[in-house]
Amino acid sequence: MNMNKSVRRAFLQLLVCFFLLAAFAFAQNGGELRFCLRSEPKTFDPALVDDDASVAIRYLTGGVLVRANRKTQDLEPELAESWSVSKDSKQITFKLRHGILFSDGSPFSAEDVAFTMQRLMDPALHSSTGDAFRSGSGTVSTKIIAPDQIAITFPAPLAGLEHLFDQVAIMSAHSPKKEGAVLGPFMVAEYKAGSSVLLKRNPNYWKKDAAGRRLPYLDSVRLDIQPNRDVEMLRFKRGELDLINSVDSDYFDRLAASSPQLVHDAGASLDYEFLWFNQVASAPIPEYKRAWFRSVNFRRAISQAVNRDDLSRIVFNGHAQPAVGPVSPANKFWFNSKLKAEAYRPDAALKRLQDDGFHLQNGTLFDKAGNAVEFSIVTNAGSKPRERMAVMIQEDLGKLGIKVNVVTLDFPSLIERISQKFNYEAAMLGFRNVELDPNSQMTIWLSSGDNHAWNPQQKSPETAWEAEIDRLMRAQASTADPKKRKESFDRVQEIAAEQAPLIYLINQNALSAVSNAVAGANPVILNPQTFWNAERLTVNSQARASR
Amino acid sequence: MNLARKLACVVVVFVCAVSLAANWLAPVGYAKQFREAPGAPPSHEHWLGTDEVGRDRFARVLYGTRISLLLAPAAALVSTLLAALVGGLAGYLGGIWLRLARGFTDLFLSLPWLFLLITVRAVLPLNVSPLTSVLITFLILGLLGWAAAARVLSTSADALRNSDFVLQARASGLHGPRLFLIHVLPNLKPVLYAQFWISIPVFILSEANLGILGLGVAEPLPSWGSLLRELEGLMSFREEPWRLVPLVLLIVVMTSFQMLLSKEEVTA
Repeated sequence: MNMNKSVRRAFLQLLVCFFLLAAFAFAQNGGELRFCLRSEPKTFDPALVDDDASVAIRYLTGGVLVRANRKTQDLEPELAESWSVSKDSKQITFKLRHGILFSDGSPFSAEDVAFTMQRLMDPALHSSTGDAFRSGSGTVSTKIIAPDQIAITFPAPLAGLEHLFDQVAIMSAHSPKKEGAVLGPFMVAEYKAGSSVLLKRNPNYWKKDAAGRRLPYLDSVRLDIQPNRDVEMLRFKRGELDLINSVDSDYFDRLAASSPQLVHDAGASLDYEFLWFNQVASAPIPEYKRAWFRSVNFRRAISQAVNRDDLSRIVFNGHAQPAVGPVSPANKFWFNSKLKAEAYRPDAALKRLQDDGFHLQNGTLFDKAGNAVEFSIVTNAGSKPRERMAVMIQEDLGKLGIKVNVVTLDFPSLIERISQKFNYEAAMLGFRNVELDPNSQMTIWLSSGDNHAWNPQQKSPETAWEAEIDRLMRAQASTADPKKRKESFDRVQEIAAEQAPLIYLINQNALSAVSNAVAGANPVILNPQTFWNAERLTVNSQARASR
Repeated sequence: MNLARKLACVVVVFVCAVSLAANWLAPVGYAKQFREAPGAPPSHEHWLGTDEVGRDRFARVLYGTRISLLLAPAAALVSTLLAALVGGLAGYLGGIWLRLARGFTDLFLSLPWLFLLITVRAVLPLNVSPLTSVLITFLILGLLGWAAAARVLSTSADALRNSDFVLQARASGLHGPRLFLIHVLPNLKPVLYAQFWISIPVFILSEANLGILGLGVAEPLPSWGSLLRELEGLMSFREEPWRLVPLVLLIVVMTSFQMLLSKEEVTA
């Protein structure tokens, strides 16, 4: 009888354990994550990805050899178990994992890596992901050492080579589904143009959690195409969306007021807003203005006359930091911590201008030839924060007697003016930095670069400091030694601060919103801030319905 | 004059007078930034609060009203005159001229004028003062906004050309410009008035749309268009009701303008 009782008790205990485990498993599994893409994805081909929407889909569907952990910023193995870079930074060898299958069931091997690299480097494809690997003239060669081992050789040294593979989604060499066969946690199941993209769980995804359960936990991810941020916010508030990857500061504060548990401020992001003056020799601007813009004292004075704290406080409601330079303090390794953001010092700014022969007369600043200081700042229309910043800079500079005309233009006209016709005086834009490595800024810093905003495509450097930056950028790109690279790029940041060719304004904070129905979310500053660990997220539909 | 028209007249005159007195009523000006109080609610210092960068909203509404009430009718006048010239003359002349004018207005109406405006703005010089930019904006609107009115006027003029009294005038020996000026144009007046009044709110709203595209009035100068842009992102009317003042003012003034039209002008 007693035995019967104890057996029954044990059975009941087992039953309770079973239900608890089942409940836990149920909680971990399933669910649909819903959020918005702000534009139509231009492609599902990972090699051709160039826009934010396609980047998000590639992140969720693409399997990569190595992945930069968005939280720690360290590189972690994914499809590659390990890798080694040659001393001359021209070759990288990957050791691949075994037994991995694409979403369509075809096996993954070194052949697929070789195929992906050859496709990326095909000049006819014009792949921007491939462009990052173009270190010099010559071809990129791949050598399959074994089915699980491959060496990729580049014609010239590529510093930070392994980091570039974070963006390379491996494609199948043999699958008839082409880009439809993926190695990432999700696969594209349905695409309704202008409406939504539905991603389903990849049943063959290779990763497992600590308990040995196959990832991802989610059944599907629904990406609604919604360019209107007001609608996106309304839908989030109604509980129709689970997260917003990047929230404007206005919306952030309003949401924080009503539901503080839903918003996340991860601190300064890698993105920055900046202003620069046109220094192009052939630009159709008066010669005396070109002389102002080419004067380091003039540029530094403008920089000192801008109240960055006010920009941060008023335009971004405090969700921004005064920018120091081309590298945000959020970039833990590459930021030059000796540098500080330019302080607001209108008196010092006026002193600098007077050193250059400028003088104030009846509240107007004149140069030494008697020309009143007046210039226009062009920026893109439709960006409220940028327009507000321009208005505040207009007032700040007005205090020095400088008349600023703010001109907002549609984006294509703006780009044409600043990069083709050079028909502008000063411009203000933002830089969306997705890479940590300074190699991604090569075209900004090399005087021959297309994105050397203030004076692009120079045949040879026009100033000594630009020549020095060219030398330093090439030096850091041609060595694999992180310490030497850091030293070189630290000096580039110092020169940028001394010469102020670009006047850095603010680093916007990474603001996001995540529904309390989502478990496992840990918003970070690196893109994609909220769903970087999508494979480990779960959604509780009951919690969503109760919002 | 009925009571409604009297009331409308009072409203328009009052709004015009107040906006003209902006310098006295809002001496802080439309551009001064009170940076310690951005986005502030109404207070003793700022009757309608401040905008996102701390500018006094009451001052901006007054100055913006002045600009919009002065320049939108000016643009409407330009477009109505152009419409009268093209549509009225074509309708009066009839035949091939009428067909040509209608073809031309149809072609003009089918043009994506917003893109045309973007192109026009993109080629204009950058270094223009805010006042010049506002003049350019409304002038462009006036020069490009005549086609719809011209179509209406051509139809009316065509009907007048075949009317009995015009035929009688012709039979009495009246021809050419004299016939047009004495008999046709006065009878087109209600249509012209109606087109003029209709154009004003259209131009004000067009300027607001252009502001979003970067073609509107340059900062820091306010206009109803730029003030209406503040409503972007307003989630609820209850949130900050004072931000709705420019919208309410626009509705009240436009309604008053419509009420000022006589019955004949409305039916025209």
